[in-house]
Amino acid sequence: MDAKQIDQQELLRDEKDPLTHTPVHLLSLESVGKHYGNIVALTDVTMAVDNGRVTCVLGDNGAGKSTLIKIIAGLHQHDEGVLHIMGEERRFDSPRDALDAGIATVYQDLAVVPLMPIWRNFFLGSELTTGFGPFKRMDVQAMKDITKKELADMGIDLRDVEQPIGQLSGGERQCVAIARAVYFGAKVLILDEPTAALGVKQSGVVLRYILQARDRGLGVIFITHNPHHAFPVGDRFLLLKRGKSIGYYDKKDITIDELTAQMAGGAELAELAHELEQLGGHTDVVKEVQAEVAGVADSKADTGRASA
Amino acid sequence: MTMTQTITKPAVTDERVGKRNPLQKLLGRPEVGALVGAIVLFVFFASVSQTFTQPNAFATVLYGSSTIGIMAVGVSLLMIGGEFDLSTGVAVISSALTASMFSWYFSMNVWVGVVLALVVSLGIGYINGWILMKTKLPSFIVTLATFLMLTGLNLGLTRMIGGGVSSPSISSMDGYQAARAIFASSVNIAGVDVNNTVFIWIALVAVASWVLLRTKVGNWIFAVGGDANAARAVGVPVKATKIGLFMAVGFCGWILGMHNLFAFDAVQSGEGVGNEFLYIIAAVIGGCLLTGGYGSAVGGAIGAFIFGMANKGIVYAQWNPDWFKFFLGLMLLLATIVNLIVKRRADSSKG
Repeated sequence: MDAKQIDQQELLRDEKDPLTHTPVHLLSLESVGKHYGNIVALTDVTMAVDNGRVTCVLGDNGAGKSTLIKIIAGLHQHDEGVLHIMGEERRFDSPRDALDAGIATVYQDLAVVPLMPIWRNFFLGSELTTGFGPFKRMDVQAMKDITKKELADMGIDLRDVEQPIGQLSGGERQCVAIARAVYFGAKVLILDEPTAALGVKQSGVVLRYILQARDRGLGVIFITHNPHHAFPVGDRFLLLKRGKSIGYYDKKDITIDELTAQMAGGAELAELAHELEQLGGHTDVVKEVQAEVAGVADSKADTGRASA
Repeated sequence: MTMTQTITKPAVTDERVGKRNPLQKLLGRPEVGALVGAIVLFVFFASVSQTFTQPNAFATVLYGSSTIGIMAVGVSLLMIGGEFDLSTGVAVISSALTASMFSWYFSMNVWVGVVLALVVSLGIGYINGWILMKTKLPSFIVTLATFLMLTGLNLGLTRMIGGGVSSPSISSMDGYQAARAIFASSVNIAGVDVNNTVFIWIALVAVASWVLLRTKVGNWIFAVGGDANAARAVGVPVKATKIGLFMAVGFCGWILGMHNLFAFDAVQSGEGVGNEFLYIIAAVIGGCLLTGGYGSAVGGAIGAFIFGMANKGIVYAQWNPDWFKFFLGLMLLLATIVNLIVKRRADSSKG
């Protein structure tokens, strides 16, 4: 999707990001590890997030994806390695800490209060107020207007922001949560399995908003177990398995087949490829995937296969 | 979810939103079921009883409604915030007893007792809320325990200090007349005596509505009742909001307690048991969801008004008051069915 590609080795070694020409990454992890007592949840994970780039974290259940997000979102602290924000070493003590550093997390089911109108949900916890003392009140009109505008900017066309948010579809609700994070000044957006509970079409809608957020200059961390969702939108892919990184690829270094194979293990490759074929041609997402596969296949190189 | 569903749904939504007119908007309000019920009940009693619509009788209906309505304001807010309070009925009496017993025992100006009663009422609310947030037990259990303890304290302390089942008369004490003028007198409007509690009730409903709909605290109340975890995740102070709601209920209980005290000059220590259900019924009839997150202060007021009309209307219609509870039960059932339909509609997800 972008003509300019990142050289992975250069990216990890150099001080300067070749894409944004900023001196450092927006967020980067180096050899980060975490253990709960004697149980090792995560070990030696290295990844980077940049402005206007989507970093996908892929893995099956129990791969350590949740632990990784919790470290970045400030719910847990890492035991090994370093976490850098804009080149500065940080360790978050609380979710509030992470929020203040511009890291917003959109959880799959913790996003909204269903019975409340969309605009109330959008500003919940950060209401706009006007007036003084006992007459301090919410600026309802401004909040409604901003909600409508922000959602429209994200390409979500809503007729009525007074509607209870529970009436929206799961995908639309995720999108409102994403728009909210963008509006409140998030620099890094963590999306925890936003497509896990959604149908194919709805997933496509959410993926489009991920790209919208990316185009607005946010660094996006997209957690998923579905390589077909990750590949079309991602710029970098971190694969986790049993708490370990089994690969960290740049988009040009890997195809969707390889990504799927890496995740599933070689034995299941044939079956998955077959499944993928069956899916082919049904949705925009898969079409896009196929286009990406074709595009990347030309410049495909074996160097992408990292030693796990 | 199938493909056909997702493709056809947007068209359906468009159609529905396009047709949405002011009447449909009104029907989406939480208190609409109660409003219809109130109108039906009013027309009904007006037609069977000539006295019902006379100003004096109506002022009596309003007074009866206000004694329930003042508490229903706090209880409605609390219910929107997702919690119950079963201790309200006896907490009202605790407040009144505190004011009268303290003033009487120490022979002080009754205003000292009135202020102390406010502290006690807010304190009971705070303790209810604090225990709830600490233990994470259901509010049903926590406030049931408070209800039982307060019932015992009311009886026990009154007998220990005053030596009887009712508080001693304080009518001759300093400040009694002034306090009575505020909490329990009436204002003559066009030849009709309207009790002060009616005005206090209306003022409380107005303030509560404003807080609920136009301040960020109101936004938080809806949020903690609708989904406390989601609210916490976006930075809403869930604990403070819930404890504050219990204290608001305490404040309403203090006002009603002071009215009960100064309307007469003594309080029976065993009173108040069972009243907590009347307040909850008023809130539920008024469209507050038992599960929280939905409702309005105006709804609770209409619920209280329905209660007042049914209560006095039966007397004016010269029926046996035995039927009153049947009416109340029927109203409650109908109101909750309406609420259920509303909730289902709001919850219906298209995802």
